[in-house]
Amino acid sequence: MSRSDQTEGLTALDRPNSYIGQSVPRPNLDRLLQGRGQYVSDLVLPRMVHVAFVRSPRAHARIAAIDTEAAKAMPGVVAVVTGRELAAVVTPWVGVLAHLKGLKSAPQHAMAIDRVCWQGEAVVAVLASSRALAEDAVEAVEVSYEELPAVTDMRSALDPATPVIHPDLGDNLAFERNHDAGAVDAAFAEADEVVEAEFVFGRHTGVTLEPRAVVADWNVGERRLTIYQGTQAPHMVQNIAAKHLDLAEQQVRVVCKDVGGSFGIKVHIYADEMATYGLAKLLRRPVKFVADRVESFNTDIHARDHICKGRIAVNRNGSIKAFEIDDLTGIGPYSMYPRTSAIEANQVVNLVGGQYTTPNYRARARVVFQNKNVTCQYRAVGHPIACSVTEGLVDLAARRIGMDPVQIRRLNLIGDDAYPCASPTGLRFEALSHHASLQKLLQMMDYEALRAEQARLRRRGIHRGIGLASFIEVTNPGAAFYGVGGARISSQDGVTVRLDAAGSVTCYTSITEQGQGSEAITAQIVASGLGVSIDRVRVVLGDTDATPYGGGTWASRAAGIGGEAALQSAKTLRGNILQVAAAILQARPADLDISDNAVVDPSSGERKIELSELARIVFFRPDTLPPGLQPEMVATRHFVPRQYGFAFTNGIQASWLEVDTATGFISLLDHWVVEDCGTVINPQLVDEQVRGGVVQGLGAALFEHCIYDERGQLTNANMADYLVPMAAEMPDIAVGHVVTPTKESELGAKGAGEAGTAGAAAAVANAVNDALSPFGVTITEIPLTPRVILSALGRA
Amino acid sequence: MKAPAFSYMRAESVEHALELLSRHGDAAKILSGGQSLLPALNLRLAAPAILIDIGRLDELRGIDLRDNVVTIGALTRHVDLLASEEILSSLPLLRQAAAHVAHPAIRNRGTIGGNLAHADPASEFPACMLALDARMVIRREDGERRVDARDFFRGIYETALEPCELLVAIEIPRPQSGSRTYFHEFVRRSGDYAMTGLAALAHLDGAQFADLRLSYFAIGDRPYLARATSHLVGVAITGERIAEAQAALDAELDPPDDQQASAAMRRHFARLLLSRCVANVLERPELAMEAVT
Repeated sequence: MSRSDQTEGLTALDRPNSYIGQSVPRPNLDRLLQGRGQYVSDLVLPRMVHVAFVRSPRAHARIAAIDTEAAKAMPGVVAVVTGRELAAVVTPWVGVLAHLKGLKSAPQHAMAIDRVCWQGEAVVAVLASSRALAEDAVEAVEVSYEELPAVTDMRSALDPATPVIHPDLGDNLAFERNHDAGAVDAAFAEADEVVEAEFVFGRHTGVTLEPRAVVADWNVGERRLTIYQGTQAPHMVQNIAAKHLDLAEQQVRVVCKDVGGSFGIKVHIYADEMATYGLAKLLRRPVKFVADRVESFNTDIHARDHICKGRIAVNRNGSIKAFEIDDLTGIGPYSMYPRTSAIEANQVVNLVGGQYTTPNYRARARVVFQNKNVTCQYRAVGHPIACSVTEGLVDLAARRIGMDPVQIRRLNLIGDDAYPCASPTGLRFEALSHHASLQKLLQMMDYEALRAEQARLRRRGIHRGIGLASFIEVTNPGAAFYGVGGARISSQDGVTVRLDAAGSVTCYTSITEQGQGSEAITAQIVASGLGVSIDRVRVVLGDTDATPYGGGTWASRAAGIGGEAALQSAKTLRGNILQVAAAILQARPADLDISDNAVVDPSSGERKIELSELARIVFFRPDTLPPGLQPEMVATRHFVPRQYGFAFTNGIQASWLEVDTATGFISLLDHWVVEDCGTVINPQLVDEQVRGGVVQGLGAALFEHCIYDERGQLTNANMADYLVPMAAEMPDIAVGHVVTPTKESELGAKGAGEAGTAGAAAAVANAVNDALSPFGVTITEIPLTPRVILSALGRA
Repeated sequence: MKAPAFSYMRAESVEHALELLSRHGDAAKILSGGQSLLPALNLRLAAPAILIDIGRLDELRGIDLRDNVVTIGALTRHVDLLASEEILSSLPLLRQAAAHVAHPAIRNRGTIGGNLAHADPASEFPACMLALDARMVIRREDGERRVDARDFFRGIYETALEPCELLVAIEIPRPQSGSRTYFHEFVRRSGDYAMTGLAALAHLDGAQFADLRLSYFAIGDRPYLARATSHLVGVAITGERIAEAQAALDAELDPPDDQQASAAMRRHFARLLLSRCVANVLERPELAMEAVT
């Protein structure tokens, strides 16, 4: 798609020298590549101590006794603190939200007190002058455990014979949602064919380059807690830390400089992070916690781990009549705080079948407790499951009636001219482009030629497959996500833009940067909205003392929400500047514009006054300005979409792969994505976000799996045994765009960060089943390991 | 993931290293490339009191071909094997294998001696040593001895090395001209530990095998030289012969069951590697398609 197509009709783009729609290099790139990033992991403060945690080796046990005496005597040890001692400064929490009706969880403490509920839960904190000495002393802490039966199999978690993890809750059911729309029973009864399958999704996690890291500094003199943390949501951390440490919000400052990757892992409140805040307050000195890799595997939120039964009703003419699903997921012993662990299942219910026209849809989702690490929101929450189930069923239906997978989608995807409309679960779609996206994808991959090649190779015993996966994606969430449920998680964002005395611009935004390019797109939008060159714009983010209040960067929201706030604040400042310029130039503001760092005559382009000169007058010679004119060289604007609960996007992916039926190995040969995120602010950043997302989806499809044994032990908590996707196994990923800007904002941008992950695994699974179709084999389980493939083929 | 405290000593010469080993015995560990030892220390899976760093002993570095024996110094790095003309011309199997050892960053530091002394059963080089009938040159303060590869590997991370001994070099007889090699491993990702692998050396007599050494790895607690090749040596190779050899191989293997591969998968992979190897070496691709189950 050409640049003009992508940004057609965009007001900001009509201005000269716009950066919107251009692949502008990220302003933070040189700094990061030169090793001058400011990651919390590198931060050193005077009097700082390091904490290492004694973590439970058992999945479920009563803590009988803790002996810390030997550890306290170890070299370099400053303090050894138990969960009971820490509870004096940190109150427990319960991870529920009011709008998820019936969701329940038990009070969770920063460290275990009487009982541990998963392998890896922190039991004792050891603080020492270095992390190594703290780890030495951890080995000297003696904890006696009385083992309790562990609930590990989600399928039996609700059986009466299974022990209840939190007896006060009555059972192991955290949440259940039922939805019934249209006439499902009649549709299944009347349809020509009904196809069903059980889809199994392995538990996996997000592996960030920089682990979770916190430095907490309690300044007794100021009575203020400064938290340096790699987080996606600084204001949320501020609110939660204040609430549970008995502080007023203004007593907590959260600083978040560079963050080495997040993927949703760093948008939660972790018990060990809360413990670190509390330990700083208890010890009255800075405390640093940096999770190591083993800790990360055991405590960073896990995700997926769903078993979803699905049914589809289809007529022989290809018309899909109904979907029905029954989803089950195990979330660990607590619902995560404060966003809860019911969201993923809730999203599965919301999203299944959402790209298709059938109004008949029934769903049940059950969320159960188990003695494993907690699960919560990770990149593309619920989408990969919904997409794999929906698109897996659609392919099975197509095969049953002998129809090409493209054709059944053409017949059933919601028409591009049908908007606005709503899904059977009541999700409202402003405007989507399923058919245009499908058409573009088929062109990119040359579908017909690929099918011919597949047939040719199959005659030689080479089994290749094509898999399609169309999807819808939740982006730009408003208050409907968390705010309505009572969580103090902002859905609005704010941006302040300031013209400085030398004519440069400083911009403060409440969105955050974890490597995806938030700084870059903010600078692009501000430079374009204001009319200055991008090198004059400096973006400041990640400091609750400095930036406007806002949500941060998660749920594919930063560009769409924070970007619009940036555009509006820049335009407001431009208006302010033109007012002053008009007074200086004795002209009307409407006859002036700003371009290339100067106030210009828009018709001739003549430079009337440089911004640096204007700033000099404003700041140093205000006496020369007309009386009554008060220049305002700072503007702040906020934004949140309110017309739609979410800005839905859509897209479609395709996978082309080969299955070695002798070994069970899958070679990914090619992957294509077409997605519609509305206005594309920076094509390179969007494409790389999509590619990164695809790679994480491919990781789930083939490699990534947190493998627990029946006693609740995570057996592969290291980088040799937990297989992240790596470059050598990745296919080329071609990315195309269809552009349907949202009309809720002037910018028109929707989210793009999760689209890749949403559909990648579904495309691969469908391609594998396509490749194996001569064997009469259908596999609906990921990761698709050689063992799984060989078992299905009866060879291992 | 911080290593427990340890003492560090840098050996100034082989003699010095041997003296330190003799003095500290079990308490000491030799540090060469550190690619296995340092992760083990950081994971606190090993806690030696003393590390003896031999990294600066240049006398242990290098590849030398003399009298049809290739001598490889213990400190020769994997990347050196990959780049060496002598290895390419004399021991192509080692070059083939080296490309599969982990990743470039690890190959830049990891050493052949460290790899062999570590004796990871899923590692590529021990199997190559067995296939190539290599001898380990081992020194101690009071002398030097040579141990054949088949006697050197004793189990998971276990070798014939005594605590006071240092592996200083490997001597490998240069295979006669016209010999063929085959190397393949089944890995989930490039650079991973193998689920099953094979390093093979073959001597041909016309269209038949005069000798065939199939050295499997990640199939047991140490590299394993298959006896089943007796079904393939000195006979005309047909699908039936291969099937016989595969059945014999199956009977002699006792592979482990783990997260990456079940015992049944390993047996399957081992049989597959046999037929693929034979087909490759004999340049008869049709043989690879037969008799795999």
